[in-house]
Amino acid sequence: MVEENGAAADDALLLGGVRFTNRLLTGTGKFASRDLITPMLAASGSEMITVALRRVDLKAGEQDILRYIPSSVRVLPNTSGARTAAEAVRIAKIAREAGCGDFIKIEVITDIKYLLPDNTETLRATELLAKEGFIVLPYIMPDITISKQLHDAGAAAVMPLGSPIGSNQGLEMKAMIKRIIASSKLPVVVDAGIGKPSQAAEAMELGADAVLVNTAIATSNDPVMAGKAFALAVQAGRLARLAQLAEEKEYAEASSPLTGFLRA
Amino acid sequence: MQILLNGQPVQTKGRTLHALIVEQDIVPETIVAEVNLQLIKQEHWQQYVLHQGDTVELLSFVGGG
Repeated sequence: MVEENGAAADDALLLGGVRFTNRLLTGTGKFASRDLITPMLAASGSEMITVALRRVDLKAGEQDILRYIPSSVRVLPNTSGARTAAEAVRIAKIAREAGCGDFIKIEVITDIKYLLPDNTETLRATELLAKEGFIVLPYIMPDITISKQLHDAGAAAVMPLGSPIGSNQGLEMKAMIKRIIASSKLPVVVDAGIGKPSQAAEAMELGADAVLVNTAIATSNDPVMAGKAFALAVQAGRLARLAQLAEEKEYAEASSPLTGFLRA
Repeated sequence: MQILLNGQPVQTKGRTLHALIVEQDIVPETIVAEVNLQLIKQEHWQQYVLHQGDTVELLSFVGGG
């Protein structure tokens, strides 16, 4: 088997010392009904799911999403809405205080059109939060230098985007993601833009340690079935990676003997 | 007393943070509270006395990716 970042002997994924046997991370955004979240988690086997923090809507009343997440599943609060490192740190501390644990997905975005992350502010937030004992999972523009800096800053993984959030464009950033996988000492979680199970499988075949899928599952016609489809794809891609598939070749190479009967 | 609650000016009769939350008809178990950018732990809400002009943020977890 190939050596992998953050993999235990039984191929569990280790993030900040916490074991995950399922390499599909999911999200709670965009579900037509929150009642679909619990069965989606059961069908996919996903062991970690993202949530966001917002002001209570004083007119709409209580909207707490946490009660749809079974206690066996880790909650991964994100810092969405943060435009600076300081804002991300503030959200992270609130989330931990609220009992969500030490995991935090750093998401610092100022680009509203493409929702691309600000790597500089993300690095600052990671430095501050890692020092305070958070298990930091930063969402980044795929870049080798920032990945190394995040490692040195104490991140538990790097989460390069496949393509813009919610775009379903798949691995638009494939070339850079491959380079990050080849050079990163941290687990690599491909986050955002994965629109189909085949794209999730491709990310895993490339050597990603996990993928995070929200929109494609939540906005499908059947999120429970889609969750299962993505989980199977992630598993298939992971096994393919471990099996070390043969390389592509320019020309055909016969799978059956061409001689020995009709030809000598 | 007037405070700023989630960005809006609000008149409250609530003397404490807990009284304000009850007055707003919010289930206290599911929210997080900040006063003047200071996170106030739930166990302190009953004793936390509000003052005129305080900025209060009541937050909860919602769907997000």
